[in-house]
Amino acid sequence: MSIVILAIDDSRTIREMLREALLNAGFEVHVAVDGVDGLEQLSKVSPQVVITDINMPRLDGFGVIEAIRSGPVFSAVPILVLTTESAPDLKERARNSGATGWIVKPFDDVKLVSAIRRVSSH
Amino acid sequence: MTSSSDIRQTFFQECEELLEMLDDGLTEITDTPGDAVDPETVNSVFRAVHSIKGGAAAFGLDALVKFAHQFETALDEMRSGRLSATDAVMKILLRSADHLSALVVVARDNTEINTSVGADLLEKLAQISGSSVAAQSSAVAGGPAEEPDFGFQPLALAFDFGPAAESTFTIVFSATKRLFANGNDPVHLFRALAELGSLSVKVDTDALPRLDDLDCADSYFTWLLILRTSDSEEAIREVFEFVDGACSLEITREEGAEDITTKPSEPQIVDVGRAPEVVDTAATPQPDSAGARQDSPPSPPPSRSRGGAGSDKPTKAAAGFQGTVRVDLELVDRLINIVGELVINQAVLSQCVQDAGLSKSPDVISGLDEFKNLAREIQENVMAIRAQSVKPLFQRMARILREASDISGKVVRFETEGEATEVDKTVIERLVDPLTHIIRNSVDHGLELAEVRRAAGKPETGRVKLSAAHRSGRVLIEVSDDGGGINRPKVRQIAIDKGLIPPESALSDNEIDKLLFLPGFSTAREVTDLSGRGVGMDVVRSSIHNLGGRVNIASVPGQGTTLSISLPLTLAVLDGMVVDVAGQTMVIPITAIIETLRPSAKDIHQVASNGQVVAVRDTFVPIVDLAEVFGHRKRSDDYTSMVLLLVESGQNERWALAVDRIHDQRQVVIKGLEGNYGHVPGVAAATILGDGKIALIIDPEEAALRVRAESVSPSMMRLEEL
Repeated sequence: MSIVILAIDDSRTIREMLREALLNAGFEVHVAVDGVDGLEQLSKVSPQVVITDINMPRLDGFGVIEAIRSGPVFSAVPILVLTTESAPDLKERARNSGATGWIVKPFDDVKLVSAIRRVSSH
Repeated sequence: MTSSSDIRQTFFQECEELLEMLDDGLTEITDTPGDAVDPETVNSVFRAVHSIKGGAAAFGLDALVKFAHQFETALDEMRSGRLSATDAVMKILLRSADHLSALVVVARDNTEINTSVGADLLEKLAQISGSSVAAQSSAVAGGPAEEPDFGFQPLALAFDFGPAAESTFTIVFSATKRLFANGNDPVHLFRALAELGSLSVKVDTDALPRLDDLDCADSYFTWLLILRTSDSEEAIREVFEFVDGACSLEITREEGAEDITTKPSEPQIVDVGRAPEVVDTAATPQPDSAGARQDSPPSPPPSRSRGGAGSDKPTKAAAGFQGTVRVDLELVDRLINIVGELVINQAVLSQCVQDAGLSKSPDVISGLDEFKNLAREIQENVMAIRAQSVKPLFQRMARILREASDISGKVVRFETEGEATEVDKTVIERLVDPLTHIIRNSVDHGLELAEVRRAAGKPETGRVKLSAAHRSGRVLIEVSDDGGGINRPKVRQIAIDKGLIPPESALSDNEIDKLLFLPGFSTAREVTDLSGRGVGMDVVRSSIHNLGGRVNIASVPGQGTTLSISLPLTLAVLDGMVVDVAGQTMVIPITAIIETLRPSAKDIHQVASNGQVVAVRDTFVPIVDLAEVFGHRKRSDDYTSMVLLLVESGQNERWALAVDRIHDQRQVVIKGLEGNYGHVPGVAAATILGDGKIALIIDPEEAALRVRAESVSPSMMRLEEL
């Protein structure tokens, strides 16, 4: 059974890139267009890994992480943050908000997959 | 990195939307006074630039990334309230949006940028972003130095699989509560380590408290890991990258120590590769191991979700997309062509039915009518696929205007109206050049300098307005300014100096205004940066003509000039009046026809030269015999047996086109002639009729001018020949 991933990003381009990269790696991919959409899909999709962008309309990435971590069912799901910055303080901020890890944009397919493997049991 | 061309195309499409969002947001901020700006507007503006940067980075578009980054930094300052939206700041941001858009086009088309505004804007953006980026700005201004704080280079992976010497690392690791709370799990880390070499894991359970004191969300274990690997310490550290700060970690390289099993007290050695489930329980002190099973059913979310995953997934995959599809424009064009053929075919069928004498059979007629309606409906809907709002065009013109006002040093306010008006994509595309020229002209020639305006009692800020509206099956686009209006004596003098009109010619105001459209005419005393790019209003006029449109110019001295363009909504079909002219079938666009007349003898009058006019209510309208225009026969003497079609030009001039009889009124599919024959004066295009014959579609205004040129005063000849 392949890993189910929910990728949340408001950029269509990034969504398509994620989808393609993740499908190629044999994952099952679902995408959401912003934080609110992401949370709505959460229970339907039951992802094993969530990937989320930070800057998004309606609900940003930190809001997504907070909502997932405080929710009853998916509070332990690994959440990877997609970030354009690789500065240490941003990683610190992501970690403090409850992110499991991060992927620096533009992501490299190999690193993306290895990051997912590193936080999931597959 | 994924770089399939499809995604690249998606990126540029998305850029267009984002740039539109950016323009909208910035315009809204500019128009909103002071603190009333909605923070979400600033946010969306920021996000637009941020998303462009993200995508651009993915495709390695460095120039775009660099500029977007600086732009984003400034917007972030505004988002956090440290930068207020003053006029000066907004001007820089708007110009930056323009430049960003130019960079996107350059990236998309793989061309070179031909302006030098980028460096200047980068500097200005850095300035308004405040001191925090002062260091960056000097780096940016200094050349292609990379900004220090955003390294997009992927971290170097230690993928050196050469026969490097193995070494042994001892790793002492213990997790904090936070590590688990963030969704991390030591077992994943250990598994990743195991991939680097051979790994032994021992767990130290000494710190495990009594069951009563146990917090099952916390971790009480310390692991001792011994890894034998040819990888570097960096590779090991990278495994722990995500948990850095949420664990205690000690990595030491052991020089000689090979024996890993002899050390601590409780030898609970677990081979990670072979028995992960044991490690699972050890690593996550969750319900079962903690003995808390009575109050929480042990259903670890991952396994449950995996179980139910398969069934409903495929449908969900589509969720989150808007209900649109992207279609290759060529496919739509092909569809439009086929629908065109269908319409022709429908006409053929009607003809056949009539010829076969079946036109009295009600079944056939009603079936045919239904077919006709359906064909028409399909056609309209296919056309609607290509219809687009003029908004992107207008935004582009806003950019042109800002550029023009910068160069000319005039302060101009740009107003738009009817941005949502939809027109065929091809029409919109072909409007770019003429409109660009008109907008530049309005700023350069139309508007006066600030001091002149002040002297005239007008506000110093000039105004240029661009509007679009649907007007009886056509689209009307107007560019108006509140400038000085056309200086008619000067225009007239220039036309005389250039030998375009004889000095003695008496022209009406409207006719003088139209002189601007003459080839080679220019009111600019000298060629400025803005106009004088080798394009005159004559080119504007002919490109609008080629679109089946009309340009009109109206001006009130001291108050401004309005240029109106009337265009068909699509270039593919038109409603036509099918007429007979000396045995030839011709089509006249319905939109040009005001009314049809069957004149009586008393309405027709001979005028002094060799023309005839018809009295239509209280005016006289010159008669133009189409048969004569196209050389089929001499001018008719008796118009009473013919039909007159009253047509109007864009300049409100009227003619009565004389035809032998009206055949039919129907929709015809336009087949361009220009590709094969070039422009034929008086003929707009051709179409195929139901019987398979080709009929010319007449351009009434041009057709009228073909003969009128001979019958009006010679002074107007050049003008009329246009």
